[in-house]
Amino acid sequence: MTQYLLSVIHDWNDLGDVSDEEVQEMFAATGRFNDEIQASGHWVFAGGLEHPSTATVVNGVKGANIVTDGPYLEAKEHLGGFWVIEAADLDEALEIGRRGSMACGGAVEVRPFQGEDGPAGA
Amino acid sequence: MSPGTGSDRAALDPQFAEQISGIVRAEHGRVVATLIRRLGDIDLAEDAVAEALVTALERWPADGIPPNPGAWLTTTAGNKAIDRIRREGKRDLKHKEALDMIDDSLPEPTGPVADDRLRLIFICCHPALAPENRIALTLRLLGGLTVAEIARAFLVPETTMAQRITRSKQKIKAANIPYQVPREADLVERLAGVLAVLYLIFNEGYLASAGEGLREDLSAEAIRLTRQVGSLIRSPEIDGLLALMLLTEARRDARIADGVLVTLDRQDRSRWDADLVDEGHALVRRCLAAGRPGPYQLQAAINAVHTDALDASLTDWRQIVQLYDQLLVIQPSPIAELNRAVAVAELDGPDVALALVERLDLPDYHPALVARAELLRRLDRRTEARAAYDAALALSANEAERAHLVRRRESLGS
Repeated sequence: MTQYLLSVIHDWNDLGDVSDEEVQEMFAATGRFNDEIQASGHWVFAGGLEHPSTATVVNGVKGANIVTDGPYLEAKEHLGGFWVIEAADLDEALEIGRRGSMACGGAVEVRPFQGEDGPAGA
Repeated sequence: MSPGTGSDRAALDPQFAEQISGIVRAEHGRVVATLIRRLGDIDLAEDAVAEALVTALERWPADGIPPNPGAWLTTTAGNKAIDRIRREGKRDLKHKEALDMIDDSLPEPTGPVADDRLRLIFICCHPALAPENRIALTLRLLGGLTVAEIARAFLVPETTMAQRITRSKQKIKAANIPYQVPREADLVERLAGVLAVLYLIFNEGYLASAGEGLREDLSAEAIRLTRQVGSLIRSPEIDGLLALMLLTEARRDARIADGVLVTLDRQDRSRWDADLVDEGHALVRRCLAAGRPGPYQLQAAINAVHTDALDASLTDWRQIVQLYDQLLVIQPSPIAELNRAVAVAELDGPDVALALVERLDLPDYHPALVARAELLRRLDRRTEARAAYDAALALSANEAERAHLVRRRESLGS
């Protein structure tokens, strides 16, 4: 089994164009999807995030303490939420990711966590 | 005969060396695929196979080629892997498991070897890998080409190609891309991905400029791998792709004369490879009989109509247009529309075809400019034809094709 981070990538500007009804439907579909992967034993953890403008970056590298307003990367698209799942292999993780993407209406990036042996790739 | 004299003689015999490299090429995919399953590690498998090949090159000239070279290489590589795991003192769980597996299974039983090669091609062509990486991995692992050979064939520095292959293998490991044949529900889609990789490899070899031996090898390699996949999975689309490759390959020698591209209508048809044409035609008949026409089958059928005509003037253009119509229903694409328009020119005249070509949105696709130039020429619109040849020349990097286009442009006169 491998654990994967499923990141939901949202274009937050586009979200303004989505009607309340559609938002409600996305929430409901995401809730159903969460129930499904809990029942199937793939669920590890999940969460939805507030708007990227609510983010703050703090940098403590080499003893510094620099606080900056806003997300780390200035981008059009930002992380909207995520799941941590456990799957047999990438094929299963991609299938779960596809269903999650369909439910929440955003593209999903599927990325493996490092195993106990440490990183396999640079 | 003493081993010494055998070795000396073999070292001088390029035919023997050729024979060995042919065997190695043919067996590489099978051996690596089996080793990956047993070791659970692509790098370890590759290294072990490479060591076994070195041993083969040392021993075979003297001892002769073993009766079953594939099994010999698999056993030897397995032993090399055990040595390596012991030597490097790798004692993590995975390697210990691998060691147990090998110790239990040597000598190699006649297991589901064919399945291993299928697993390997599906892992090499996994959609989670970038298309250029799929090609590189397939040629490296299944085709047994060296990194240097692949780099030369794709005109990139060897370090770039090595990095591409290394990163892909790391991703397979880290992301846990499964070493298995996709489940039934995904098989058709995933197989289409495999066939796309094989066709890209073929075209890379076929469309390359003349006189670059290694790139021609790519076409032969693609044909060999397609035959292999076809022997492992029954699908009319695999037959279709193989037929398409064979009917294209059959025309290779007639396609270039004195470094200049010769278009289909002007080729010396007696120079086509009759055996390849026959095999291609037989495959087209067989796959179309299955009644599930796909894009490769239809393209093969179009090529079969072309190669069925003893002379270009005898080509059944009506049938070709009909086949393109079918293709456009299954897989709409502006490129297929362009090719259909070229056939329409023969049926309904260049003015009708030109109207079709000008409706297409293919600004940087030089075959579209060439087709336009040829149609304008037939309509005697020379100034526009000349401009279209110039635009096509600006986009074509293939020397033989450039030479052809320059000739066509010159022959317009003034």
